[in-house]
Amino acid sequence: MAGTAEDANSASPAPVTQGALFAAFLKIGLTGFGGVLPLAHRVLVNERRWLSERGFVDALSLCQFLPGPNVVNLSIVVGQRYRGVAGSLMAFTGLVAVPLVIVLALGILYTEYGKAPVVDRILGGVSAAAAGLVWAMGAQMARTFARIPRAVIFAALAFVGLGVLQLPILPLVAVLAPASVLAAWWRR
Amino acid sequence: MVAAMKEPVSLLQIAILFASLSLVAVGGANTVVPEMHRQAVDVGHWMSDTEFASLYAIVRAAPGPNMLISTLIGWKAAGLPGAFVATAAMCGPSCLFTYWIAKVWERYRETTWRTAVEAGLAPVTIGMILAGGYVLTRAADHSIPAYLVTAAAAAIAASTRINVLWILGGAGLLGAFGVI
Repeated sequence: MAGTAEDANSASPAPVTQGALFAAFLKIGLTGFGGVLPLAHRVLVNERRWLSERGFVDALSLCQFLPGPNVVNLSIVVGQRYRGVAGSLMAFTGLVAVPLVIVLALGILYTEYGKAPVVDRILGGVSAAAAGLVWAMGAQMARTFARIPRAVIFAALAFVGLGVLQLPILPLVAVLAPASVLAAWWRR
Repeated sequence: MVAAMKEPVSLLQIAILFASLSLVAVGGANTVVPEMHRQAVDVGHWMSDTEFASLYAIVRAAPGPNMLISTLIGWKAAGLPGAFVATAAMCGPSCLFTYWIAKVWERYRETTWRTAVEAGLAPVTIGMILAGGYVLTRAADHSIPAYLVTAAAAAIAASTRINVLWILGGAGLLGAFGVI
């Protein structure tokens, strides 16, 4: 099966067992307040070293351009790579099961008791920091590509189109992705 | 309050809705939230506009993937069974598809075309992540201190290995005391 995945650049110190996959994604799900991707980046690249910076970018690309929730897709891809079907199931369950219960409980509490203003203020602070975490992740991912003009141009186009101009994602991706792949092919 | 559940919504209806959203959510679950809103509020009348906004805020602030908004919508529409059916439908089809593609993708490792596809998609992915940071910042920050918190969180996270819970918790405290 998809056992080893020695990406040459990502030597994993401990064997990636089903239990390790479950534990890693449990941590990602449980500490991912206000957005899970930055946590996935931290745990998979910095802590467990299952993926190199570049390997993370490539895995995330796959997950973003396929339909479905990105981090959920990432759990499937990483699980599959190390432990096949069982790995995907463990990673997915670790990521989703406990947060699902928490979110349900919070939703029920909210509907029963309404909202306290202090909760709103706390959430405001957490959201501000969570936005910062996304910037940090983006910056770390971008570092590998900062010296490649083609990459900088396409990253800037995606940033401006999706972020600043808020263009609809599907047509934007349908234009940018093939163009960027072609440029990479050309410059090979 | 039980008043929200006026007429029972069939689980099949929920399954079909989220399974189709699952398969069009290119770029992540956030891209189909507007459609979820339309179905849950305007079409299905499962909840009010403000309820939807609050539930989405809860999901974004709570730990876990944002696609769990589907759990809460399912719960509002048809109770606990609805919650589980919605979550499963939101993940199932895309997970199967992703698994299959990931397997095929492994087979083509080291091929020139895969390398080119990865080299081409990577910058677009990074641009999309940074765009996400921009959108979140615009949504979350309405004051100078809030922007400072965002900037500080980014700087600390990028330059240290500190557990992010400290960053998020510290920001939450600042918020609680009305600093932001």
